Amino acid sequence: MAGTKNHDYHILEPDIWPLIGALSGLVFTTGMVFFMHEMSGWQIILGLGIAGLIATFFSWFSNIVKEAQQGDHTPVVQLHLRYGMILFIASEVMFFVGWFWSFFDFSLFPQPIEVVEGVTTSLFGQDGAAAISQWPPKGLEVLNAFELPLLNTLILLCSGTTVTWAHHSLIHGDREGLKKGLWATILLGALFTSIQAYEYAVAPFAFGENTYGSAFYMATGFHGFHVLVGTIFLIVCLIRTYKGHFTPRQHFGFEAAAWYWHFVDVVWLFLFVAVYVWGGWGAPVH
Amino acid sequence: MATTAEGFDTHTDDHAHDADHKPGFFARWFMSTNHKDIGTLYLIFSIIAGIVGGGISGIMRAELAQPGIQILNQAIFMVGVGPENLDAALHHWNVLITAHGLIMVFFMVMPAMIGGFGNWFVPIMIGAPDMAFPRMNNISFWLTVAGFFSLLFSMFVPGGTGMGAGTGWTVYAPLSTTGSTGPAVDFAIFSLHLAGAGSILGATNFITTIFNMRAPGMTLHKMPLFVWSVLVTAFLLLLALPVLAAAITMLLTDRNFGTTFFDPAGGGDPILYQHLFWFFGHPEVYIMILPGFGMISQIISTFSRKPVFGYLGMAYAMVAIGVVGFIVWAHHMYTVGLDVNTKMYFTAATMVIAVPTGVKIFSWIATMWGGSIEFKSPMVWAIGMIFLFTVGGVTGVYLANGGIDDYVHDTYFVVAHFHYVLSMGAVFSMFAGFYYWFPKMSGRMHSELLSHLHFWVFFIGVNVIFFPMHFLGLDGMPRRYPDFTPAYAQWNEVASIGYMIMAASMVLFFANIIYAFVAGKKAPANPWGEGATTLEWTLSSPPPFHQFETLPVIKDEAHH
Repeated sequence: MAGTKNHDYHILEPDIWPLIGALSGLVFTTGMVFFMHEMSGWQIILGLGIAGLIATFFSWFSNIVKEAQQGDHTPVVQLHLRYGMILFIASEVMFFVGWFWSFFDFSLFPQPIEVVEGVTTSLFGQDGAAAISQWPPKGLEVLNAFELPLLNTLILLCSGTTVTWAHHSLIHGDREGLKKGLWATILLGALFTSIQAYEYAVAPFAFGENTYGSAFYMATGFHGFHVLVGTIFLIVCLIRTYKGHFTPRQHFGFEAAAWYWHFVDVVWLFLFVAVYVWGGWGAPVH
Repeated sequence: MATTAEGFDTHTDDHAHDADHKPGFFARWFMSTNHKDIGTLYLIFSIIAGIVGGGISGIMRAELAQPGIQILNQAIFMVGVGPENLDAALHHWNVLITAHGLIMVFFMVMPAMIGGFGNWFVPIMIGAPDMAFPRMNNISFWLTVAGFFSLLFSMFVPGGTGMGAGTGWTVYAPLSTTGSTGPAVDFAIFSLHLAGAGSILGATNFITTIFNMRAPGMTLHKMPLFVWSVLVTAFLLLLALPVLAAAITMLLTDRNFGTTFFDPAGGGDPILYQHLFWFFGHPEVYIMILPGFGMISQIISTFSRKPVFGYLGMAYAMVAIGVVGFIVWAHHMYTVGLDVNTKMYFTAATMVIAVPTGVKIFSWIATMWGGSIEFKSPMVWAIGMIFLFTVGGVTGVYLANGGIDDYVHDTYFVVAHFHYVLSMGAVFSMFAGFYYWFPKMSGRMHSELLSHLHFWVFFIGVNVIFFPMHFLGLDGMPRRYPDFTPAYAQWNEVASIGYMIMAASMVLFFANIIYAFVAGKKAPANPWGEGATTLEWTLSSPPPFHQFETLPVIKDEAHH
């Protein structure tokens, strides 16, 4: 009886990467503490941690791809992966709830702060506090939502259609269409990231200083990080396409990347409407 | 719970699992992809963390035994860096309460209940050969260990006015930001990030396993209640932990990158941190007790030889507790200046939770009613849990009232309340689960005599510790202070004696484990008789390395 498997589940051999991954996580966070407190040797610790994490992700996902190619991913295991990805995205949504919660706390219940030539002062508890309590904070210049942010919105929406193009091509066996759709999505993603980086560079407010910058950069920065991760995910899919992976019937790796991409897209729409348009309404534009 | 398995070999033959191909020592314990081995690792880890966290409470009770500062100013133990002055001594106190809270919550209760018993028995109870993502299961465990080490690191580096993170387990700003500038708090924050990441991955794994790996015929409405409890718990983890991660990430940037999320000087709001924390923190307390509810249901049913009374009501009561648990968080913040209408809402919503909780308590009692009750060790712990959890639940109804909480907020009454529900509710259910499943996990029977002695001494000990805290709290003694006026001396002395009784009972616990491995009888597949109907009792003790290589088929015999 023992040793004969009569079911479709995937029973795995022992693997070293979970241990290395967790250890790298600890080394990474320790390196971050050293970095933030300017303790000597932080470069080495942080570097080791990041290298360990990259190695873990690379090997771990390589193994998953290898197993998929070997046919270990039976229909029920593919369903596991679908559940896993949906739940992962659900937890990510709750992560963003945290940033939006703080953004709406600051914008709906503004505190008496004033920005004069980049310096924030607070009239908290003093005369005239109510008169200057507004959002965005008095004296703060914001980005014009209807210039580059609107362009970025269109770019991301467009990338949502190109990834669907790629998906339909894959389903219909059109490998060239798949490649083109993926290339277009990756390029649009990279364009989005570049424009976002440019905006950060010219924005008239900083991460520190006051709640506008804090909430803005935290929410959009976390989103930007997700765009980067999503782009890498799509690049992996493109490489796999060139290697001949994915069939019209079985291509969950691609679908997961597409789900993730759409999730990132939807988060941006909320950011655009809430943070850029509504959150900057009535303020002087840079 | 009609969970009679049909149509597969029951593995009672001992040669069956000798033929298992177990990996070598390092591969088996450090590279594990086996849910039972990972469950064992979690249990061992949680016992170690429990010794550390319990030892810290011993230092606290020693200090609190008399008014004045006795041992904090000469405390060279722990980290070899003794406080030099009163500030440092008081900071040391804060470090102790912080470490005690964080260790007990994140590194003792959660790893034991979800990581330990959940890993061991959720796959078996639903008739699955393993978890859905065996490798991810392993990194969940090692991330928990990594988080524990990050917390340990924090003790050796400066925090506020001394070594270590002295912020309380809630890590409230501004004490955790401008109040503790040293790297200790950063290590503590990252400890939560690491352990939290592990828990989110674990939650994903449990939900996928339960939804997608149930054996043929094991419908959701036939799942054992322990599986239901872990399912609800996993959802709470999945949805609550990311909000904590966001909150502590904002703490981190406030501390190190000049943001002002929680600093009014830049327009920020310290109360925002409390909202975010408790949006996580309140589901967290249900995360700690729901798996206990599940275990108690299994045990009461087993030793009453009856199916659980009101099975569906019991399952959906847990779902209700989970859902309502997300919308009551601000009852932890009644005294921060909430609007009176807000307080009224949170009072009402909080008291609603007493309804599904009452469903559970009364259904356990109704399960015992008319049953053929056997007072085996798991059963006495389970009955003890029902009694003591109810005490904590009743004080919970007091505290749910914003008006009453104004008087007892941050007093020892609150400390008594949450220790009744956790260190008696959660810990009693963990010991109940441990004695219930120990024969199954180890293949050896523990001593009933030692288990009963452990129960009675522990029962007396914890009650002597925590019951007087109600009086102290109602008399106005505030929590989180190492010193107090002599008016509070008497009950504090009693509580400290209670600690020693409780600590003595732990000797019996460890003696029992040693006894079982040295001289314990071999455990049969089902040591508990016909009341034990779930699938784990159809397997040998211990189960084969990979169970259910032919999936069991669950017969349709609706008991409920």
